[in-house]
This record gives sequence, C-alpha cells and structure tokens, in this order.
Amino acid sequence: MSTRLTTGGARIARNKPVTFTFNGKTLKGFEGDTLASALLANDQMLMGRSFKYHRPRGVVASGAEEPNALMNMGEGGKFEPNQRATTTELFDGLVAQSQNHWPSLEVDVGVVNNAMARFLPAGFYYKTFTFPKFAWKHVYEPIIRKSAGLGKAPTERDVDTYEHFYFFADVVVIGGGIAGLQAAKTAALSGAKVLIMEQDPAWGGRAVVDGGMLGEVPAADYVSALVAELEGMDNVTMRNRMMGAGVYDHGYVTGYERLRDHAPEMAGPRHRLWRIRAGQIITATGAIERPLSFAGNDVPGVMLAAALRDYLVMYGVSVGDRVVVVTNNDDAYRTAIAVKKAGLDVPVILDARAEGGGAIAGEARALGIRVENGKAIAKVTGGKRVKSVKICAQAGEGGVLEEIECDAVAMSGGFSPVVHLWSHCGGKLTWDEEHAMFRPDAERPPKGANGEGFVVPAGAANGVLDMGVGLADGDHAGRLAVEALGLKAADANLPAFDQAVEAPLAEVWMMPQGAGPKLRAKAWLDYQNDVKVSDVQLAAQEGYESVEHTKRYTTLGMATDQGKLSNINGLAVLSHALDKPIPATGTTTFRPPYTPISMGSIAGEARGDVFQPLRRTPMHDWHEANGAHWEPVGHWRRAYCYLQGEETPHEAVSREILATRKSLGLLDASTLGKLIVKGPDAGKFMDMMYTNMMSSLKPGKCRYGLMCSENGFLSDDGVVVRLEDESFLCHTTTGGAERIHAHMEEWLQTEWWDWEVYVTNVTEQWAQVGVVGPNSRKVLEKLGGVDVSKETLAFMEYTQGKLGAFDARIFRISFAGELSYEIAVPASQGAALWDALYEAGEEFGVTPYGTEAMHVMRAEKGFIMIGDETDGTIIPQDLGLNWAISKKKEDFLGKRAQKRAFMDNPERWQLVGLETTDGSVIPDGAYCVAEGDNANGQRNVQGRVTSTYYSPTLGKGIAMGLLHDGPNRMGEVVSFPGTDGKSYEAKVVSPVFYDPDGEKQNV
Amino acid sequence: MLILECPYCGVTGEETEFHGGGEAHIKRFGPGSSDADFETYLFMRENPKGVHFERWRHVNGCGKWFHAARCTMTLEVFGTYSAQTFEPPKEIKDAISAKRPGWSWREFS
Amino acid sequence: MSELRSALAGAVFDGIAKVQEAGLCGMIAFRGDLSATKVKNAVTGVTGVDMPGQRGCNVGGDNGLAWMSPDELLIMVEHDKAELVLETLAKGLKNQHYMAENVSDARAVFTVTGKHAAEVIAKLAPVDMSTFSVGEIRRTRLAQVPAAFWMHGENAYTVVCFRSAADYMFGILSMAAQEGSEVGVFG
Repeated sequence: MSTRLTTGGARIARNKPVTFTFNGKTLKGFEGDTLASALLANDQMLMGRSFKYHRPRGVVASGAEEPNALMNMGEGGKFEPNQRATTTELFDGLVAQSQNHWPSLEVDVGVVNNAMARFLPAGFYYKTFTFPKFAWKHVYEPIIRKSAGLGKAPTERDVDTYEHFYFFADVVVIGGGIAGLQAAKTAALSGAKVLIMEQDPAWGGRAVVDGGMLGEVPAADYVSALVAELEGMDNVTMRNRMMGAGVYDHGYVTGYERLRDHAPEMAGPRHRLWRIRAGQIITATGAIERPLSFAGNDVPGVMLAAALRDYLVMYGVSVGDRVVVVTNNDDAYRTAIAVKKAGLDVPVILDARAEGGGAIAGEARALGIRVENGKAIAKVTGGKRVKSVKICAQAGEGGVLEEIECDAVAMSGGFSPVVHLWSHCGGKLTWDEEHAMFRPDAERPPKGANGEGFVVPAGAANGVLDMGVGLADGDHAGRLAVEALGLKAADANLPAFDQAVEAPLAEVWMMPQGAGPKLRAKAWLDYQNDVKVSDVQLAAQEGYESVEHTKRYTTLGMATDQGKLSNINGLAVLSHALDKPIPATGTTTFRPPYTPISMGSIAGEARGDVFQPLRRTPMHDWHEANGAHWEPVGHWRRAYCYLQGEETPHEAVSREILATRKSLGLLDASTLGKLIVKGPDAGKFMDMMYTNMMSSLKPGKCRYGLMCSENGFLSDDGVVVRLEDESFLCHTTTGGAERIHAHMEEWLQTEWWDWEVYVTNVTEQWAQVGVVGPNSRKVLEKLGGVDVSKETLAFMEYTQGKLGAFDARIFRISFAGELSYEIAVPASQGAALWDALYEAGEEFGVTPYGTEAMHVMRAEKGFIMIGDETDGTIIPQDLGLNWAISKKKEDFLGKRAQKRAFMDNPERWQLVGLETTDGSVIPDGAYCVAEGDNANGQRNVQGRVTSTYYSPTLGKGIAMGLLHDGPNRMGEVVSFPGTDGKSYEAKVVSPVFYDPDGEKQNV
Repeated sequence: MLILECPYCGVTGEETEFHGGGEAHIKRFGPGSSDADFETYLFMRENPKGVHFERWRHVNGCGKWFHAARCTMTLEVFGTYSAQTFEPPKEIKDAISAKRPGWSWREFS
Repeated sequence: MSELRSALAGAVFDGIAKVQEAGLCGMIAFRGDLSATKVKNAVTGVTGVDMPGQRGCNVGGDNGLAWMSPDELLIMVEHDKAELVLETLAKGLKNQHYMAENVSDARAVFTVTGKHAAEVIAKLAPVDMSTFSVGEIRRTRLAQVPAAFWMHGENAYTVVCFRSAADYMFGILSMAAQEGSEVGVFG
C-alpha cells in the first residue's frame, strides 16, 4: 500500500496539516503536497477510470504530463473538470472527485467496455456505426453522446476573475530548473532584461530531487543560491506557478500564471495570462520520462520511475513497500537506490539491456539489490493495484521465467526532451540515436521579425540530461541569447562538476520485443484515450502510414495530455510496423498551449459587463429609465422602442409611429456618423467619394448622398451638409463612421496625398435629436432662438445658433417623411436638450420613438436602408437611385465598375414596393419564386424581400424587395413562399407607400 | 502575432494595433480604362511565397497608412516605409537583396 | 448655458490604483503642417506649452499639446475655452490650410493613479510600461477600444477614449485595478 513515511519530504510542511475531501471522503495532507501526493499518502492508489474501457487507473507521473489522475475540482462557481492531481497544490478545504465512472470509482458499470475491448479496436467508430443507417440517430449517437467527454461540464457561471498582462523582456527563460536558472543568470549578468518563469511552485527542477554536487555544494543548495542571486538583480523578474503556454511569431510568448489555484480564498484574479514580447526565448523546459510498453503497464501502482522518486523525496510518500524497477537506462537505478535507502524493498531491477547498467548498477548491487540484465516484464498482474510482475527475457516472446510479488512498479523507457515550445513556432527537431530522443536542431530554430532564430533550447529540453552539463548548457544558452541581441556575454563562474558516467540507453519500444498479440493488446501507449500497441499496429496494417493520420485514426495523443507520454512510443511502434526509421516517420505537430489553460485566462477581462464595448449615447440613461427595449446596432445600444405598461414591442412601435405622424416624435439620432471634410480640395474630394455632385452644393444646404466602393457597390449613405465653402459635414450610417472615416483617409493617404483635405471624425462630439412630426416646428419655436420658419429654413437646409439655452446645429431633413428637424448640440448638453424637447413637447403629446419605428416610417416612404436593401452586391442603379448618380462627373469611386457588363444590365433585380393581397406581412428574407426548377431541382427565383413590416399608418403589410424587371411589372401579383408552409401573394407597387409627393415634409 | 514599426509615429507595436490592407503599389484605373486594366486593378493580386509588399494602417495608433516589405513564408519583415510613394525606396530594396538575393516582385527587383 | 454632463459624472474606483473619471476637458483635434512656424506659434500661443515632438505630450495645468500623428495635434484647454481658442486659431492661421475641430465632448477622460497605476494600464494595453515616461503620449488600444494615455505625474496617468466607450473604459480599468491583483513588476 502507499503511505506517508515518517521522514523525508522536502516540500511538505509536516507542522501544517491540511484537510480536503476526495469523493466525499475527508482526508488529510500537508501544506506543500500536491493532490496526487496527498491521495497516495492516504493509500488512494485508484484515482480515475480511463476514457474508453473504464479501466481503473492510478497516478503515473508527478507533473504536467499526467494522463490518468484527472479530477472534477471544486464546487459551484469554482467547479472545473479535468484538473491534474499532480499539478494541483493542496489547500485546506479542497474538494475533488474522480471522473468517468458510474456509480462509483470502485464499482464502475462502464468497465464492461473493458471486457469488450477485443471488439472496440482503433477506428471502431468508423467501422461500426455506419449500419444500419437508422441506428445512428436513434441508437449510436445517444449512447456516444452520453459517454463522450471526460469529467462533468460546469453548470454555474465561473465566479472567479481573470486578466491579461503585457510584458516585454530581452530574454524570456521558460523553465526554472538548473539550466533555466543558469541561463537567466548569464543573460542578466550580460545586461539583458530577463523574465524567468517556472510552472511549478518551487525552483530547481530535478536537481533538487536527485541531488549530487556542483562544485563544493549540494545541488539543492546551489539552486537556492542561484535563486537568491537572481532575486537580487533589478533586471530580473521571476515568476513561479507560471507556465510558458505558447511561443508564437516574432517572439510572442504566453505565460499562464496560476495566482489563486492554491489559495482560492484570497482576493484577486485566479489566473493571469502574460502576453509577453521577447527578444530571445530560452526553453529550459526539461524532459519527460517515457513509459515502457508491457502488458498491464496501466495497473495502478505502475509508475514512471522518476515520479515514484519524486513522491518519495519531495513528499515523503512511499508508493509501495516492494517496488520492482524496470528500465532501459541508468536513471531508474536512482529510484531503486532511493527506495532502498528509505528502508523499503526493491525485489529486483529488470534492466532490458543485455549489457546492463553503468556504474550506478554496481552501486545498486552494493546495496543488496538484485539486478537482472536482459530481463523484462511479461505482464503485471492485479486489477485495482499491482499484485505481482511476471518476468521474462526482453529478447523473447514473453515466456514467464519467474513471478515476483510487489505492490509498485517503477518504469523508465528513457527521456523525451520537452520540445513543445521550441516547436510551436516552427523550430525543427533532430533524432538523437544515442539517447533515442528527438531534440531541437540548433541549425533550424524558429525565426523572428529580423529573420534570425529567436529560441534557444537549454538543459534537458536540449537533450542534455546530465545535471552538470545541463548547467553549462544553460550558461551557453544564456550567452547565445544575449549575443543574438547584440550584447556582450558576461562570464558566469561555473562550478567544477563530474559528469556521471552512464551506460548507453537501449531502444525498447515493446516489452518483450517479441510480445504476442495477447500481450500487445494490454500494453498501453496512451493511457487517457486507451490506445494500445496493438491499435497502432492495426492502423499501420490498415494503411495509415502518416503519423498524423494514425493519430486521428487511433486517437493516440488526442487526449487532454496531448500525448506527452505516448507520442514517441506510439510513433516508434508505428515506425517499426512500417519498417521505417523513426525520424522518417516524424512527429505530429506540437501546438500551443503546452498544457490546457483556462478559458477564463484566454478571455481575460472580457466577460460580463465588459465582454465587449457597448457604446452609449449621451441620452442613454433617459432611455434606460423610460422603458427602452434595447437593440444592438454595431457596438451601439439603441432603443428599439420604449415599452409602456404591458404593451408588446410590436404594439409600442405602432403607437410610436402613429403618434409621430399625428403630432410629434423624438428620436435619439446621436449614433449617426459625422465626419468633417475640410480644405481647398474638399469639393473635389467629395465628388470622388460620393456618386452625387457635391462640389455644387451651396453652403447652408443639405444633400442626400451615396457612397460606393471601387467595386461599384453601395457602401454607405447619408445627408451631406456644406457648412462653409471649404468645409463639409458628412453624415454616415450608425456604426459606419469609423469605416467611412478610414475609407476617406485611405484614399487621401494612399492615392491623392497631394490633395489639400483633412478629415476628422466628430461623431461623438454631437448629441443629435430627430424632432419629427407635424408639430415639430412648434416645439422648436417654443424653445425659441434660431428662426426655423418655412421661409428661413426650407427643407434640406441647415442653420446654427441658439435654440433656447443650447448651441445648436439645426438640419431640416427627414427620414420619416414628416416635417422634421435634426438638432445637434455638444454631447455634454445632449441629455439637457432631450429633457428640454420632451418638456416643451408635452403639450403636443411628445412620443420618443426607437429604431424600429424609424425603420417602418422610412419604409413607408420608400427610403432605402444600408444593410437591408444593400448587402455588398447592390449598386445604386438596382435601387432606382440613378437620380443620385452624377452624369456630369468624369470620375467617382465606383463609376468605372458600374460600367461593367453585368452591372450595366437589365437582368439585374430592381427595387420595387410589395403590397400583400390580404394585408399580411411577408416573412423576412423570403424569395419570390418563378416558374420551373433550376439544374439542382430547386425552384427558380426571380427576386427577394429586403425590408418587410406591418405599417400601422396604412394598416397592412408593406415590403420592399428586389425583383427581376421590377419597375416594369407594376400591378402584377407575385408569390413569396414562407418557411411556415404558406405562400404570400403580393402586388408589385411603387416603393413609396406614404405621401408620394412629399407634401408632408415640405410644409 | 507580428510586430511592425509604424514609419510615421515610430511605434513598434504588435499586430493588434494595426490593420492589414492588402497589396501595395497598386495603380488605379478609373473611367475610360479597358476591361483588362480595370480587372487587373480591382482583382488581380500577387500571392508570392516569399517577398511581398503590403499596405498596413496603424489603426489603433496614429491612423496612418504605410507599406511593409515582408516574407510571407518566414514572416521576416525587411522594412516599413511611407505609403506616399509609387515604388519601394532603395534602402528597402537593398535590405531585401541582402537577405533574398535575386528577389523579384511584379516589376520590382 | 444649459447643464453640462460628462459621461460618468466623476465616477471613482479604488483598488490597487485609483480610477477616476476626470470630467469635461477642452480638446481640439488640430490637423495641419506641424513644421510651419505659423502653426507652431498659433498652437503654442493658445496653450502656453512647448511644441511637442514625435509622440510628445507637453502639459501645463489644464493646457497641453499632444503629438497625435505627423499632421495632427491634440490641443488641450479648459472646457469652456475651446470655442474661444478655435476663434483665436482661425485668426492666427488665416489663409493656412488646417483643420481644428472641437472634440471636447467626444471624449471621456480618466485618471489612473497610485503605486500600481502602470500595471493597471499594462493589463489592457500592448505597451511596454516599464519604459514609458512623462512627456510621452501613446495612442493604442485598451482591451477592445482605441485609447491614448500619458503621464501627468509620478504614478499618474491620464487615459482618453471616445465618450460612448466611457462606461466600458471605467469597467475595464476598475477590473484591472481590483484588489489583490498587484503584479509587482514595475519599480
């Protein structure tokens, strides 16, 4: 059984006990524990169930690579699934539940899949669910959906907050082991601004666990001194609990800092995503030990050798009393020695190498440990924990020589450098035959903005596994990085060290090498996704030669751990099955993030009220207080209508329209874009921007204008006012101001840069109110000031001056077809103007109206709306707007394009009005059908609806639409099938439904 | 995510401050031009693997348009320069030649 | 004169830094030939501060000049002086091609002050705040909206954005200044 030893455990504080619960059971651990070490200390070997076969699984690793010990963590608004027990720091009150089982971890019905494993091989999804056809929807899919996914989905909103942080450094070191710390020191001594991050709460990496001497001092002391030295340097920023998540173009690095996972009760953001720009990046990310592929290598109690050593040394936890060690390299001997020295038993070390280990093997033997060379594990017995191992010759097919009882197995298949961050942005790898590993190819680094490499690997991440050499490699990386930045590398005094003399590793991809089908089907490669050696071999046999295809067919490496333990073993098995060398098979692509990061950290501050900017007009608060039913228009919030009492939005819109047409309406038009175009060449420029002749507009006059793209398509419209001889005010659509401003600047800066014109966006300087209806003039006259009489301020004229207490610009323009004015005042006076107009209008029954009433009223008048009548493929000629296209002008944007054959073409659909024969409202987006079918057997179409409303003014449905040869078909009745099964019959009419002669707006 | 230097305000900023505007050095053809010229102007674009000239706007910044010479394969930036020019300036061309001898792009080399 | 309202009526948030809406400020968007002596004289004349260089920002009391682009300045004056300044500029720049628009009310202005003020900005803007200093202006984005900022003193920043985004800006600045969110990397 696994237990806490009475001594040892460099990380835990035995005087600080911590209480937590696992699957409802209350357990105890110590401050400094991880959840995994605390569970092991409580003899909780079983930590979860695998995804596909629901096999019992225990923890196999001690760090970020852990595939098995995934937990549903926390409760309510702090719940999060798939958290690795190995990287979860224990805190008082932690609540964890194991995943992927029912009804309980110990008794799981889903384990029936395990018995069926023979019938669920790789690709069984693709093979099984195709027949019979009906079964997919009714049988297979519901079952698959139920079993899909690991862990539970959260049901409550995340109560925590998250943030980003932008940071800049000359050198960013990822990984705070001995190589990273030394690299940071060398770079910092050379004068670089350095950031070093470590995903773990503690610095020093493996050196602290494995000990040894650096110069005259033990490794752990050396690390402490290095850390203290770095902490004392002004140009160094040190962050632990921060993982290098991704490396991207031009030195962009993301750092995932876990601020409150270990202390959730403290105020402040839970995670912080650092968005770092680095001159040079040093990846000192260490290496990950590989499992060995033998039958039963997933039984709880089988663990990576170095992980088992971690639990012993760092947390004082024994995984078992009798630990069998199986290895193909010297490193695992350290585990055997550590176990033995802790007073526990190592019945045997099985070294798959015929020649056995180096000096360290002698050391083990001297401690009385039995060492067997050329031996392997044929099989591990046990269900929910290890009972024994059956020993065989590695060279054979698995004939059992001996069975040894034990309760833990420490395995080591060699190490794989963590090359992920090196590879994220295109760093290439080379195959190191000697150590059987892919390591960074220094000749082919990822390249940055200047075309030079910007990532330097260091230490174990560079394939240098020896501690002393790793330290020197860290120094070397630091030097390379600062020299790439043009600095002179400073000399760091490195300690003298003895490089350990090791026997070479032997490639062992299958154990034993001749394992038969029965053993291969129980030799796990990918623990989390239940991919076995036999699955990869099956994929190869079925023709999946590319590693990327094999990955997807078998799901190898597609789990939340992204194959940190399985990828190299898997592709070695694939290579052997294909009879290709491993480098020829290649690796799958390493993509960020290195381990999963929280969605919250990616979103940062962008959630809740500030998920996105909501733009507010100066009168926003009044609308809010007076029943506004909001509508998003771009990022703006506009009132769709104002609800009174129990009325529906539809009823409110009708009320607002009737009241406005009868007497007086108010519209907050502040969102309309307002651009000032000024300069000696302003007239010339306006003529290019608009289809209309704008240079002939007289100061004080207004003109409705159209803007097209060079492609000829209508892009915006609005009223242009000539303020002065050299100055125009251009109104754009709501939300169009930035776009049109950019459009104008683009032409001025990149085509006509010699023209003397300036443009400024003054949209938000002005609050603008539409005063609309037969009584609008009376209200303005009541406020007093500027003369707004018919004689002084005619339709389409502009004036400015005092309106009551306000500095106002007054435009006599109309979008509703009534007598109306738009009053603009500085935004700081907007709310007061609205109040004044409302108060003055009360005797006329003033009615504020929203965007929907505005839309309906403009449709009643046959005015087009950008985005309704246009969709980026519509030219003004389609909409009967030829009158607004100057024929005198030689050039304007879009003119040439509109001469193209398919633009200047009577076959194009044209704007018409549509009046349903029964008064109903045609559904939005309905198409007008024609006779016959097209080549696809679909009904031919001859037009479509662009705007459709119930008109309270006319008491019936009205619509505008585009129809083939429309203007020549007045009076004809055409059909619009709805998605409701009904067909809507409509008469083709003029689009101007209301006051066709414009008498009402001209009074 | 790229970093670019705006030649107008001198800021070296990340891509989120900028907005890409497609190919640079395009000659406008207006009314009276042939269909072929107009088609080339409006639609025909280079799609090189390697040296490319682009327009960018410092949209979250000084608002100015500028040009960038860039490698589409390695994302190396050879230089940025004013948008108010008909061709890449000599120092930009030299910078490219130093890194990509024998390069050519449309009529430039 | 009617009642004048800034976007947020001086809203305040106190956390690891103090965030405050600064009320109405006089601002004029000025475009013209910044190298012309006439222009220099006119804009320094109305503000009483020195002409700023590239990305420079010179502030004295309510008055200031900020370099916005090679042909644009932001002229800062008292809110109720802006119209008067426009007239003065018009007199001084007769026959000169320029543009001056009162944009005082198109803006919302905030101050972010306190020991961690720079960190609050660095959580939102892709700018190296460790090297940012008094006398500079930076036009950039804060989270999702365009903004500009400069230092008006030690650990004191002025942030300007569009008035319609005031509520959003106050929200993100307050979020970035929440208690317990010190980063601890500057100074």
